[in-house]
Amino acid sequence: MPDLTPADDSTLIRIRGLKTVLNGKTIFDGVDLDIPRGKVTAVMGPSGTGKTTLMRHITGQLAPDAGSVVVDGRDVPRLSRGDLFRLREKIGYLFQNSALLTDFSVFENVAFPLRQHLRLPEELIRNIVLTKLQAVGLRGAAELMPSELSGGMARRVALARAIVRDPMLVIYDEPFVGLDPIALNQVVKLIRMLNDTLGLTGILVAHEFSAVKRVADQVYLIAAGKIAAHGTPAELAADTSPWTRQFFGGEADGPVPFHYPARDYALDLGFPEARA
Amino acid sequence: MSQKHSYQFGTGLFILLGFAALAWLATQTTSIANYRQGDSYTLNARFSNVGQLKLGAPVKIAGVRIGSVRTIEVDPAKLDAKVQLSIATRYAELPDDSAAAIFTSGLLGDQYVAIQPGGSPDALKDGDEFVLTQSSVQLEDLIGKFLAAGGPEKPAEPATPAATPTP
Amino acid sequence: MTPAGKPRNALAGGIAQIGACGLFLLSILAAVPASLRHIRETVRQVWFVGAMSLTIIMTCGLFVGMVLGLQLYYVLSIFGGTAALGTVVSLALYRELGPVVTALLFAGRAGTSITAEIGLMRATDQLSAMEMMAVDPLAYVVTPRFLAGVIAMPLLACVFNALGIFGAHLVGVAWLGLDNGTFWSNMTSSVDVWKDVINGLWKSVAFGAVITLIATFQGYTTPPTSEGVAYATTRTVVFSSIVVLALDFVMTAFLM
Repeated sequence: MPDLTPADDSTLIRIRGLKTVLNGKTIFDGVDLDIPRGKVTAVMGPSGTGKTTLMRHITGQLAPDAGSVVVDGRDVPRLSRGDLFRLREKIGYLFQNSALLTDFSVFENVAFPLRQHLRLPEELIRNIVLTKLQAVGLRGAAELMPSELSGGMARRVALARAIVRDPMLVIYDEPFVGLDPIALNQVVKLIRMLNDTLGLTGILVAHEFSAVKRVADQVYLIAAGKIAAHGTPAELAADTSPWTRQFFGGEADGPVPFHYPARDYALDLGFPEARA
Repeated sequence: MSQKHSYQFGTGLFILLGFAALAWLATQTTSIANYRQGDSYTLNARFSNVGQLKLGAPVKIAGVRIGSVRTIEVDPAKLDAKVQLSIATRYAELPDDSAAAIFTSGLLGDQYVAIQPGGSPDALKDGDEFVLTQSSVQLEDLIGKFLAAGGPEKPAEPATPAATPTP
Repeated sequence: MTPAGKPRNALAGGIAQIGACGLFLLSILAAVPASLRHIRETVRQVWFVGAMSLTIIMTCGLFVGMVLGLQLYYVLSIFGGTAALGTVVSLALYRELGPVVTALLFAGRAGTSITAEIGLMRATDQLSAMEMMAVDPLAYVVTPRFLAGVIAMPLLACVFNALGIFGAHLVGVAWLGLDNGTFWSNMTSSVDVWKDVINGLWKSVAFGAVITLIATFQGYTTPPTSEGVAYATTRTVVFSSIVVLALDFVMTAFLM
C-alpha cells in the first residue's frame, strides 16, 4: 500500500521498497527515501554503493527490480518514453564530468535545451542564456569552446545548462569531484543560492561532508544497499552509529572493511600449520 | 552564428559540386551527349549494310562531330537500311554530292557515319538523301577479299597460315 | 559487448553483434522523422562527412584515373585499340572503381571520425546528458550522420569519377597523344546513363548507408574508455571494408 503513495505537496520524490540487482550484485535492498520539495537533500555513501544508480532510477534511465519510484506524482518505471522525456524536461542534471557538448560553444551548450524543446525568438534565447551564465559568473566566457574551459568553469557551465529551463528538480552528481578549493567553494555557493533564490529542489550526490554540511538541508547515508542514516547534517555529525562514524570520521576500518574478502592470511602465505 | 553560416554555405557548395559532377558525367560522357543538340535538320542515307552502327552514333566531317544517327530501319521495298541522320543546323551548307560512309574508330572502337564533302555549289536540304554511300566494312568480307586476292604482294608466306585457320 | 573468450562464444557473439546492428538500423530508421526536426544537424554532418572528405576523394580520383589511363593504354595498345581508352576507363570507374574506392576512402576518412566522435561522446557522458535533456541521441546524433553518409557518398563518387576521367584524359590525350575527339566520342557512344552511371550511384548509396551504419553502431556501443574507442575505430574500418566489398559483389550480380 505505501508503495503507490503519490507524492504530496511537500514531497517531490518518494521511493519505497527499492530493490535493484545489477550483474548479480545487489545494489539496493529495500530503500525508502523521501526528497522534500524546495530543499537540498544530500545522498552520501561509500564508493560503489549505487548513489549514481539511485539517480538513474529517479530519472528513469534504469528500472528497479522491485519497489516504486514516484517523482512529482508519476511512477517513473511505468512511464512511456514520451512521458519520461516530458518528465526529464523538468529535471536538470549536472554530470560528474560536466558532459558539455564538445561541438558547441558555451553559449550554444546552455542554449541547447531551449533550442531543442522550445521555439523561442533568438533574442529571448540570448537573454535567458546570458542571465543563466551571469548567475554562474561566466557571461564573459559565452563564446569559448568547452575545450578552453578549466574543470571548475566547465562544471559551472554545466550548472547553467542544467537550470536554463528553470527545472523543478536539479540533480548534482558529484559536483565537487576534481575541483580546487576555490572552484569548490564557488559551486557550493551556487547550489545554495539557486536553492534559496529559485526554490529549486536539489539532490546532491557527494563525498565531501565539509561541503555537504554547508549546502544540504538533510542527508541520507546509503551503505550496503540500505539507508544507514538519515537526518540533518548536524544530526549525522553527532550520530554515533558505526556507519556514520566510519564515513564521517574517516576511519579506515569499520562496517566497510579495509580488506577485500580473502582466504585466511596464514594459509595464503603457506603456513598451513599456523591454523592448528 | 557566422560559423554556422560558413558550414551551411560549404555544405551547399559541396552538394552543388556533387550534382555538377553528376550532371557532367551523365550528359557529357554517356550516350545522352549524342541526343543532346540544338536545332537540326534531317538527311537520309541508304546503306546495304550498317554493321554495328547504333542509334545516337556520331556523324562526323573530317573527324568533327556535326550530328547523330536518329533512326535505322529497313526499307521494305528496296530491302536496304535507311538511316536518318540529324545534322546541326549550323552545318547546313553540305554540298549535295557529298558521300556518307560508315567507318569504325580504331580497330575496337564504335562505328560512326563519316561524311565526305563533294564540290557541288548546291547544298543538301532537310529530308534530302545522300546519293553516294559506302556501307560498313565487314571484317569477314575484308578477310575474304584478302584471301581471294592471294594476300599481300610481297611474300606469299603470310597467306598460308591465314588460309589454314584452326576451326 | 561481452568480450568473447572462447571460439564458440565468438561465433555466438558475432551473430549477436549482427543482430544488434540490424536492430540498431531499425532504430535509426525509426528516428528519421524525429531527426528531421534537427535538419540543421544533418546539414552540418553532410559538411563534416562529405565536404571534408572532398580533398582526399579528389586527389585519389585523379591518381586512380591517371593510373587507369596508363595501364589500360598499355593493354589496349597491344590490341591496337587505344581509341577505346575513354570507354574502358569510364566504364571501370562508373561500374566498380568509383563506388568501391570512394567507399573504402570514405570508411577510412569519415567512418573512423564518426566512430571516434560518437565513442567519445559516450565516454564523456554527452549522450547521457542528451538523454537527460530529453533529447533522443539517436535522432540528434546518430540519424543525422547516417543520412549525411547516404547523401554524401553518391556525390563523392560522382566527384571521384569526374576526376578519374579527367586524369585518364590527361594521361591519354595530353601525354600519350590520343585524339581528343576519339577519346570522347567513343566514350559517349558506349556509356549508358542508366546501366552504368545510375547503377554505380545505387551502389554508392548502399555503401554510404552500410559504412555509416557500422561507424555509428561501433561508436554508440563502444565501452566508454579510451581503449574501447580506439578498438571501435579499428573495427569500423575493418568491418566496413569487408562489408563493402562483399556487398559490391552481391549488387553487381543483381544490377548487371
